[in-house]
Amino acid sequence: MYTQGLSNPDTAAPAKAAEGAGLAARFQERVDAEERIEANDWMPDAYRRTLTRQISQHAHSEIIGMLPEGNWVTRAPTLRRKATLLAKVQDEAGHGLYLYAAAETLGRSREEMFDDLLSGKAKYSSIFNYPTLTWADMGAIGWLVDGAAIMNQIPLCRCSYGPYARAMIRVCKEESFHQRQGYEIMVALCRGTPEQKAMAQDALNRWYWPCLMMFGPPDGDSTHSDQSTRWKIKRFSNDELRQKFLDALVPQTEFLGLTLPDADLRFELGEGDATKDGARGHWRHGSINWDEFRQVLAGNGPCNRERIAARRRAHKEGAWVREAAAAYAAKQAKQKLAA
Amino acid sequence: MATTSIQVNETPLVLYLLRRADDALILGHRLSEWIGLGPILEEEMALGNIGLDLIGQARSLYAYAAEAEAAGNDEDTFAYLRDAPQYRNLLLAEQPNGDFGQTMVRQLFYSAFADPYWRAMTASGDATLAAVAAKSEKESAYHLRHSSEWVIRLGDGTQESHARVQEAVDVLWPYTGEMFECDAAERTLADGRTVIDPAPLRDAWDGTIGAVLSRATLTLPQNGWMQSGGRTGRHSEHLGHLLSTMQHVQRTYPGAAW
Repeated sequence: MYTQGLSNPDTAAPAKAAEGAGLAARFQERVDAEERIEANDWMPDAYRRTLTRQISQHAHSEIIGMLPEGNWVTRAPTLRRKATLLAKVQDEAGHGLYLYAAAETLGRSREEMFDDLLSGKAKYSSIFNYPTLTWADMGAIGWLVDGAAIMNQIPLCRCSYGPYARAMIRVCKEESFHQRQGYEIMVALCRGTPEQKAMAQDALNRWYWPCLMMFGPPDGDSTHSDQSTRWKIKRFSNDELRQKFLDALVPQTEFLGLTLPDADLRFELGEGDATKDGARGHWRHGSINWDEFRQVLAGNGPCNRERIAARRRAHKEGAWVREAAAAYAAKQAKQKLAA
Repeated sequence: MATTSIQVNETPLVLYLLRRADDALILGHRLSEWIGLGPILEEEMALGNIGLDLIGQARSLYAYAAEAEAAGNDEDTFAYLRDAPQYRNLLLAEQPNGDFGQTMVRQLFYSAFADPYWRAMTASGDATLAAVAAKSEKESAYHLRHSSEWVIRLGDGTQESHARVQEAVDVLWPYTGEMFECDAAERTLADGRTVIDPAPLRDAWDGTIGAVLSRATLTLPQNGWMQSGGRTGRHSEHLGHLLSTMQHVQRTYPGAAW
């Protein structure tokens, strides 16, 4: 693997305790000074583990995320929609590759990480365990899911780990394009027939709450946040990002003439980015059903089994292709050696 | 848009354009069916890429067909509101994906034709067709290289891959003759130097396929019988299913804009 040349935590880390403490302090100083940590730099094992988990989960999410949208590529209603959706799903495969490569710089191979996904050991974003039932879901996913993802990902462009931060710059550019593409689908539906508008409203009804959940548990309950904040992997808390998302979402929904399925949605005056009738403040959502979130994470979402089964099946059915490619490459190498 | 299928005034030029556009759309659609099913991530991207190229070619050709027909149709009415007997694509393009080997053999057979075809078509006396050809030629060259490399790898890979890809060659072989047909309608365009007669490309195609299959340690089927009918709307059973999926939304909500 390409990662073999990089410093390995097992051989590089067992320094003396005092030396280790010095390295850790120096590391934190660099992070505090907003320097980027690179693959060959010393880093705490826990930092390496956290990033490997986070980046590979992100890659897995891209790969699993291809499935709910792939479900509609063959049924896209116009050739333009078909081409743009296919290109979007292709971008997601590209993001997956890009992110696996970033994670590999931390010492694990793509194959190992992918095996963790297929075995169920590794997680991916809960959102992709919901089904795509109508064409409007392609609009809602682009607008809401990619919109939520961007809120999460823009700050990651300044993540302390260089390879991840750089990968995110490109990913974010494409994601923001996807979001506009999704919103444009929603605009077309909302300007269309009553049936189309109803389809758009139904999609919004189904995706709104799961999208709010995408930001993760409320700040008080989040297990990984504190340390990640100190390491400047995470720049904003789950609740802060959720708030930014909601503040942007409300006026976009109004423009479409749709209604958020949240009876307790309200505007609170105060210091904030959102405005209503000229006053500043924040939009507040009703209470989120965190039990549903936990159930989806535990494997009980509507599509958890199907998503993983689809990837396992593809991997299994493609085994003979990968074996053939390896066998052919070995034959070629042998011939080259003999020549 | 009406609920029922459109009627097309198939002048020789419109018919020609629909044939080539349908080839590209149907094959591109087939490739898009691979999303989430590829043997490796890189290949999912490549299949999507080739599919996008083909769908792009189809859109250019439909747009020109709409202009040539001048009857109010557009790329979407051509794609979504014609039933199987109105489709004019090669039988090869609509054949199911099968396994990855079959998809690659289908691509090889088509691209080994499309590559020299579009190259020759860059000399068309019709400026629009020459421009479409110039773009399609570059894309087809890449499709040919990609599918050739895979057929060689699979043919000369393992015993299993060899058997699978030989089976694919045998299954798809009878659909290759149709590419070189030139009927009376197309003949009038060829005589006017708007299009080329595809028949003389046969030797080049045989040479390309022979070389790839030989490197892949595969054999050419002995059976010379060729299936035909796609160009006049007599398709295999597979096309109706493909269209029922592809046209589902348009047909369910007639008249809606998307």
